[in-house]
Amino acid sequence: MSLTLLQKKLLNDFQRNFPLSPTPYADIATTLNVTEAQVLQAFQELSKQAAISRIGAIIPPNQIGVSTLAAMSVPKDESERVALQVNHFREVNHNYERENAMNLWFVVIANDVTHLDSVINDIEATTGYKVLRFPLEKEFFIDLSFNLDLANA
Amino acid sequence: MLDELNQQLLAQLSDGLPICSRPYDEISKRLSISETEVIERITALQQSGIIKRFGVIVKHAALGYRANAMCVWRIPENQIDDIARYLLTFPFVTLCYQRPMQPEWQYNLYCMIHGKDKETVTAQIGQIRSHSQMQNVEHQVLFSSRCFKQRGAIYR
Repeated sequence: MSLTLLQKKLLNDFQRNFPLSPTPYADIATTLNVTEAQVLQAFQELSKQAAISRIGAIIPPNQIGVSTLAAMSVPKDESERVALQVNHFREVNHNYERENAMNLWFVVIANDVTHLDSVINDIEATTGYKVLRFPLEKEFFIDLSFNLDLANA
Repeated sequence: MLDELNQQLLAQLSDGLPICSRPYDEISKRLSISETEVIERITALQQSGIIKRFGVIVKHAALGYRANAMCVWRIPENQIDDIARYLLTFPFVTLCYQRPMQPEWQYNLYCMIHGKDKETVTAQIGQIRSHSQMQNVEHQVLFSSRCFKQRGAIYR
């Protein structure tokens, strides 16, 4: 993927403190000395190329509602089918296959413990595999933003 | 706890801020409140720490950070804080959590490592393990092979 200088700046400089004015993209444009139309177009392209997942809010786990990391050990030839079943749940927000016997890892977020239990029970019933829970006990650091070395991106 | 409107607002944001000239106005119309109220509510959620960060959420995989590994370690309870602090001295360690062990999975410290490719990440883990205290620690490295979903949380 080749990125324009403007796109690189948009990726690196606006991971936090996104402008909270009525016209945030115009504010960014002023900061970067370009037009609002250029900023909107650059963001639209970044979004289309899936370089950004969204412009949005990072909320630490368990700040609202309850959540847990969960894992399942599923035979390799079943993993895609099961992962897609898990994806189907609105309460699941990250879902990765990893190279391990414990191969499916996802995060479940719910309003309260009862809701969380029922979602996990439903996932077990639907997939036929046991779900292990690894809720957060202590967070040593949480910030998904990191400085990208974009020289070769 | 969040009021109903804040929950709806966060649900809207989990789909991403619209990319248009007046994005907060756009969201305000969906929630039948004013643009000013949307901005004030996001500001307040940020000030109270419910929103930790508000901005561009980059997809590492699409930007050449193709490898991501979750490393899990089995650490004696009384050493966890020290080891976590040690792990976080490395710039490539982006997250570090303590989680309970399960009989099938006896690891209690988790960290995420991002790198350009698998070789880089493997070398980075080697760097972590060069410390004498880490050499005999039971651990596993779980590279991600496929991402089926990566999205904002939905709050209802």
